[in-house]
Amino acid sequence: MKQHVRIGNGCGFWGDNLDAPVRLAAAGKLDYLTLEYLAELTMSILAVQLAKDPTAGFATDFVDVLTRLAPILNHLPQLKVVTNAGGMNPVGCAAAAREVLTKAGLPEKPIAVVGGDDLMPRLDELIAAGHEFKHLDSGDPLSSIRGKVVSANAYLGAKPIVDALKLGADIVITGRVADASLTVGPAAFEFGWDFTDSHLDRLAAATVAGHLIECGAQVTGGLWINADDDARLGNVGYPIAVMAEDGTFSITKPAGTGGAVNIETVVEQLLYEVADPAKYYTPDVVANFTTVQVKETETDVVAVTGGTANGVTDTYKVSIAYRDGYMAAGTLVIAGPHAVEKARQSAAVFLERLRRAGFTYAASHVEVLGAGATVPGVLKADHEPPEVVLRIAMKDSNRASIERFTKEFAPLVTGGFPGTTGYTTGRPPIREVFAFWPALVAKSAVTPTVNLI
Amino acid sequence: MKLPLSRIAHGRSGDKGNHANIAVIAYTDAGYELLKDKLTVEAVAGYFAPLGATRVERFEAANVRGLNFMLYDALAGGASGSLRTDTQGKTLAVTLLRMPIEVPADPEALVRPGERGT
Repeated sequence: MKQHVRIGNGCGFWGDNLDAPVRLAAAGKLDYLTLEYLAELTMSILAVQLAKDPTAGFATDFVDVLTRLAPILNHLPQLKVVTNAGGMNPVGCAAAAREVLTKAGLPEKPIAVVGGDDLMPRLDELIAAGHEFKHLDSGDPLSSIRGKVVSANAYLGAKPIVDALKLGADIVITGRVADASLTVGPAAFEFGWDFTDSHLDRLAAATVAGHLIECGAQVTGGLWINADDDARLGNVGYPIAVMAEDGTFSITKPAGTGGAVNIETVVEQLLYEVADPAKYYTPDVVANFTTVQVKETETDVVAVTGGTANGVTDTYKVSIAYRDGYMAAGTLVIAGPHAVEKARQSAAVFLERLRRAGFTYAASHVEVLGAGATVPGVLKADHEPPEVVLRIAMKDSNRASIERFTKEFAPLVTGGFPGTTGYTTGRPPIREVFAFWPALVAKSAVTPTVNLI
Repeated sequence: MKLPLSRIAHGRSGDKGNHANIAVIAYTDAGYELLKDKLTVEAVAGYFAPLGATRVERFEAANVRGLNFMLYDALAGGASGSLRTDTQGKTLAVTLLRMPIEVPADPEALVRPGERGT
């Protein structure tokens, strides 16, 4: 058994820095590289892509990243990659990965696919069997919006990742697996933790580690309240959890990189997107973050101990997305004296023209950015800004109404108020809205699958 | 005497669907005790009243001197459907850190070590 396992996360979301995974793999002395691609609504976008093209529906950035990682994997054969890039089509993602590795001279490298999270093909069967998928907040049954549902995925845990590693996989590609479980899986595999009561505290501790590194640079200086020029975020290093068998670990980053790992960066991330810190729910364990102790042991190394378990649930969280109309948002810049007031008047003109054209909208929102609009109504600008950004957003079930809305910005450049500019990017894009329906499902109703390809 | 919360604490905010969380982390033990008293659910709910949250809840993580606030239904639809620029509540922490907090006459014990006497 290894004394320490080094797990680095090179990607915190789809859209994260493309160089980070390569730099982390090259400099991190890693045993495992994890890459996290799936946000709450990514699955719905991937589901729509898959419906149009059976070879699509996964995080294509991963294919580019793997192409660039291949020379490093050639050089470091023990390095394993665990990623949820599979999205709605982990098999398709694995096929693309196989092609990349074959071209790079690694045709034999074992790839495992973890699936079983996609409940869409069985949704009616599950509803008929009494699984209501009640909305976690409203309590409404899913049947109320069933016809609009585009994706329904259970958040799987670390166990199928352990099974994949036991089969000898060097690359594990999953669908919807909980972010922290990408870290828990390798730790549980290396240290032989099972998923019974005897190892629950260790699984909870590894969940803390996974939670800390899952957003990439957010624990190494990104978003740090006290970041300044000295934080050198331009060269920010991505995080590494150095895990021990007893569940204790350190958070660090490759030497010589920018950013920072200190008590402040670690604690900010510990509480990021957490509700009750005594009950952080994952498919593996309910982790208690209020027993965690953090200590800076050397520059850019924070030791984390004391993560404990607060039980295990018998349900998986299910992320369901459903069609909810269309939206678009556009901006113009208004400069000059009384810019704030002129921006408000411009918005009134804009809205009147749409009304005169006969269009109505389910929802609209006007922001005068620069005058305290990001947190509407809470803060005001303490002086008159020399210019502001006018942003108008609208939503409606009728796509044609939104299309007309996107055409109303340009006319303000000539038929609005003086000092209006910034219309250089053309008409704003229209995007389909997928609303989020969080629910639970009994673990017994879901069977994770693991296959080597 | 008042100080902005940012002198006493740091923090981070994010989303859970249509709910937002704001973690406020005191720089010192004395600051944590003060904030437990001053940064109540009512104070935070009042400060963010225009956002229209249906409920505000506060959790304590004394091990890291943290107060974690949940603002339910505060994101006008969340990442998917909100028409706001900040669909995910990313700016709520830095906004809350502007809040003036009534502090004792000698607030040295509350502020970030290394930034005292400034």
